[in-house]
Amino acid sequence: MAETVQFDLVSPERRLASYAATEVQLPGVAGDMTAMEGHEPTITSLRPGILRVVAADGTKAFVVTGGFAEIGQKSVSVLAEMAIPMADLTAAKLDELMANAVPGQDRDVADKTAADFQAIRAAAGL
Amino acid sequence: MPSLKALKNRIGSVKNTRKITKAMQMVAAAKLRRAQEAAEAARPYAERMTAVMSALAAGVGTGDDAPRLLAGNGRDQVHLLVVMTGERGLCGGFNSSIVKLARARANELVAQGKTVKMLTVGKKGREQLKRDWSAAFVGHVDLGEVKRVGYGNAQTITRQVNAAFEDGSVDVVTIFYNRFQSVISQIPTMQQIIPARFEGGATTALYDYEPSEEVILADLLPRSIATQVFTALLENGASEQGARMSAMDNATRNAGDMINKLTIQYNRSRQAAITKELIEIISGAEAL
Repeated sequence: MAETVQFDLVSPERRLASYAATEVQLPGVAGDMTAMEGHEPTITSLRPGILRVVAADGTKAFVVTGGFAEIGQKSVSVLAEMAIPMADLTAAKLDELMANAVPGQDRDVADKTAADFQAIRAAAGL
Repeated sequence: MPSLKALKNRIGSVKNTRKITKAMQMVAAAKLRRAQEAAEAARPYAERMTAVMSALAAGVGTGDDAPRLLAGNGRDQVHLLVVMTGERGLCGGFNSSIVKLARARANELVAQGKTVKMLTVGKKGREQLKRDWSAAFVGHVDLGEVKRVGYGNAQTITRQVNAAFEDGSVDVVTIFYNRFQSVISQIPTMQQIIPARFEGGATTALYDYEPSEEVILADLLPRSIATQVFTALLENGASEQGARMSAMDNATRNAGDMINKLTIQYNRSRQAAITKELIEIISGAEAL
């Protein structure tokens, strides 16, 4: 069995997940990245996207709308303002998230965010 | 000496009061547990956030190119005091202790020739501050309809505060709240949130930053401020319930003591009335 990292997903209101994972795929601002055991300590911002966590008992996916991740040699902590398990995602919920995410940004950023949400929608098959 | 009937009514009403305070105490205890759980659940996020922020802030420093939320805008003339209190009374000194601290700070700032502005969160603080400081009010956040304080509430407050800072109408922002120590002890606390302060900074872990340190810092600062506000709101919520619980516990006990005293008085006067009647009958019989 591969080496594992301690994966934590926390939102401001509560801890959403905390267990050992073999790899974590993060939607970084500068591109997707996968963190595994022994990764160089990194802090990265996240764009709206899908976070996948591969553990011994299967892969779990979460939709995050931003936040950041702190990657260490032995741990990956994702601090997301909003994270929903992929299984609980509905089209209406996604619309709501999108409406909350967009205001107050300039056009380029808004377009980028909208594109990110479209990608989530496509990946979720909604 | 009150009449027997009056005493009886009095005992009845104190008993009712005791029932009410007892019920309020139980409700506060249940709410306190929930508030504490919420505060507990929010802790991991806040701790990580602070750790990362101190590492970042130490790296970037407070030079000229540092973000303004961190370095400040170079002035400290206009102070915004965010006074967080409860929406309800009957919780001992909870609201007044925050107001007292805020008032002391405001007076101190005015004495130094600074301008004070106030943003009140919660109805009770606003009512108490209205008399002396209504001219300083710049806004009010009503949490009366809010059943459970969520991160969204913190974001609303933060957005107002940030907007005021961005347009240059305030220079320094401080929040006032009660830190929860235990059911019987809540500590009125004041905490400066803009320019942001992070203690520690001695974190030696070297991180790679993606995209860059500055961009991440600029992205995270507003969030970190929202997190601080959120933590304060949660601490305040737990403190309020704790204060109410102990205030109501005292009230219940006082009502109990009062009932005992009144009951003794009632029994004595009843006995006195009986004795008096007996004396009257006996002396009447002897006179025949």
